[in-house]
Amino acid sequence: MSSLETVAVPQKYRRISIDPVTRVEGHGKVTILLDDDNQVHQVRLHIVEFRGFEIFIEGRPYWEVPVTVQRLCGICPVSHHLAAVKAMDIIAGAKAIPPTAEKLRRLMHYGQILQSHALHFFHLSSPDLLLGFDSDVTKRNIIGVVAEHPELARQGVLLRKFGQEVIRHTSGKRIHGTGAIPGGMNKALTISERDEMRCEVDQVIAWARKAVQLTKKLFATNPEFYDRFGMVDSNMMSIVDDEGRLDLYHGGLRVKNAEGRILLDHVDYATYDQVIGEEVKPWTYMKFPYLCSLGPEKGWYKVGPLARVQTADRLSTPFAEEERHEMMQASNGRPVHGALQYHVARLIELLHAAEVIRDLLDDPDITGTDLLADFGPRRREAVGAIEAPRGTLFHHYRVDEEGLVDYCNLIVSTTNNNQAMNEAVRHVARHHLSGRTITEGLLNRIEVAIRAYDPCLSCATHALGQMPLEVELRDPDGALVHKVRKDSDAVSCG
Amino acid sequence: MTPLVVLACGNPSRGDDAIGPALLARIAKAFPELPTVEDFQFQVEHVLDMEEAALVLFLDAGTGDLPPISFTEVFPHKDTGSASTHAMEPSGLLAVFETVVGRAPPPAFVFCVRGETFGLGEPMSEAAVARLDEAWPLLGELCETPDAEIWRARVTVPSSAPRA
Repeated sequence: MSSLETVAVPQKYRRISIDPVTRVEGHGKVTILLDDDNQVHQVRLHIVEFRGFEIFIEGRPYWEVPVTVQRLCGICPVSHHLAAVKAMDIIAGAKAIPPTAEKLRRLMHYGQILQSHALHFFHLSSPDLLLGFDSDVTKRNIIGVVAEHPELARQGVLLRKFGQEVIRHTSGKRIHGTGAIPGGMNKALTISERDEMRCEVDQVIAWARKAVQLTKKLFATNPEFYDRFGMVDSNMMSIVDDEGRLDLYHGGLRVKNAEGRILLDHVDYATYDQVIGEEVKPWTYMKFPYLCSLGPEKGWYKVGPLARVQTADRLSTPFAEEERHEMMQASNGRPVHGALQYHVARLIELLHAAEVIRDLLDDPDITGTDLLADFGPRRREAVGAIEAPRGTLFHHYRVDEEGLVDYCNLIVSTTNNNQAMNEAVRHVARHHLSGRTITEGLLNRIEVAIRAYDPCLSCATHALGQMPLEVELRDPDGALVHKVRKDSDAVSCG
Repeated sequence: MTPLVVLACGNPSRGDDAIGPALLARIAKAFPELPTVEDFQFQVEHVLDMEEAALVLFLDAGTGDLPPISFTEVFPHKDTGSASTHAMEPSGLLAVFETVVGRAPPPAFVFCVRGETFGLGEPMSEAAVARLDEAWPLLGELCETPDAEIWRARVTVPSSAPRA
């Protein structure tokens, strides 16, 4: 763990605050304490909003929860939907989920992965990567990318649209879908729906391959920088299948250390609370998960694309596995930990998701109509877990005799990455800010490191007029010296 | 070509963030023939929903200094947007439209009702519920007459963005 987490006498230093980091995704803030020589002494990523997920869920009937939890997050509602329904399969006493139902759930999930990763790359990371960290801040956004790289941007839009169409066909609706229900699915995929997606998926795979190539080419221009930016050696966790392959829908937990040695393998995720502890710190609402066996200091870990492609032995689809293999070969088999490598891993997963979608559409089971399991006695407690776009997501529920949820604990992907994100911004502050005159471009590097993890801090609160970003520079007495304000309409300095 | 497409965004479980979906539900009931799109937030793929539209109406909740009910024309605005958020503004969507679809976007307007509270699990505030009723005569009238020139005469807040 970095020494930049807590300074002894914070009042001695100037404070820079980046507040909040995102708009719809909740309220995050980065504070940096500097001395008079601009040396960095403390860096923290705070979450300043208490979300109250558990209170939102408790008291609701269990069968309603997979639908309700979609309201927790407007960015990846399908992940919450499926993690919850996996838990509720058990609560409801479902026996074996029929193959068609499980494949439809997988199709929905990989559609979600594809659209979310496409959004991340084309909307959030490509402005930095393609236009430059120091480019004109008023143009450093998706619209700037559209202007400079119109064909790439068009492909990004169509990739995302395809993923959303997969979700619509499997869940019944574009949002608030009810496709997965305890015990299976409530909607079959028609042959015409299957054929519509099948017609497009080869093109989607081709675009995904190009996106991987584009990023590799860009990173090859300055490998030292792209490899080391925001580099944080850490443990890594993800779900793998019985053969050790990446499985984003179901499997056991695997943890590797920073050198790639397996620490835990095929752990039943229902025992997550015996494997993972959560540390509370007074300066942020978001907890800090860690492996109980290693403790809070050494047991924190990464989740998400970069962790997944490295904890898994391989990917099940050829094009994506070829890219993963090449990525690992480039580092001589040692795991890579640079924050920007998340982008490469995310695009490899995007390609993998497209290939999995194709394979599922080619599976005759996908248009079957046996969608619901037989049911046995109900259970009072269950855990569902899934690999959401940003990483491992746990849903843990207990219900009372009436079937109402009386306990709920969620560990979302962004929480799993909390310490890793904090360490990444500290690394960037230490190597790119310390001792230098602070500029918007330098502060953007802090955001670049955070964005690599694609944090989704809350849910889709959305309203015109909110301000997503404010950077304040204050003198040792707390007086405002300089302020940079970014919102969706303008950038102003004063 | 469809005379009007209505796009609303908001999370029905986050207090007054439900304003957009609530307005859309009223429109869908009163004008079932109108194409409507609801989402948690506006995103790049929504330009494809505008492809066949002669006129576009965005519905959203407002905060801060915005008036309780506002209706304004919105124009493509390239110097907008932040890479810090997963959402896009209507003006940004219109700017993307031209590149993705290959022609100028249709005339577009934003109908906004100000909200007060946006907490997860909260119901809509009494003020927002009252504003929905106050907003409906104008909103219903607009949907009955989907004509950009007529709408321009009804705007309540002038657009600050330059005409593209």
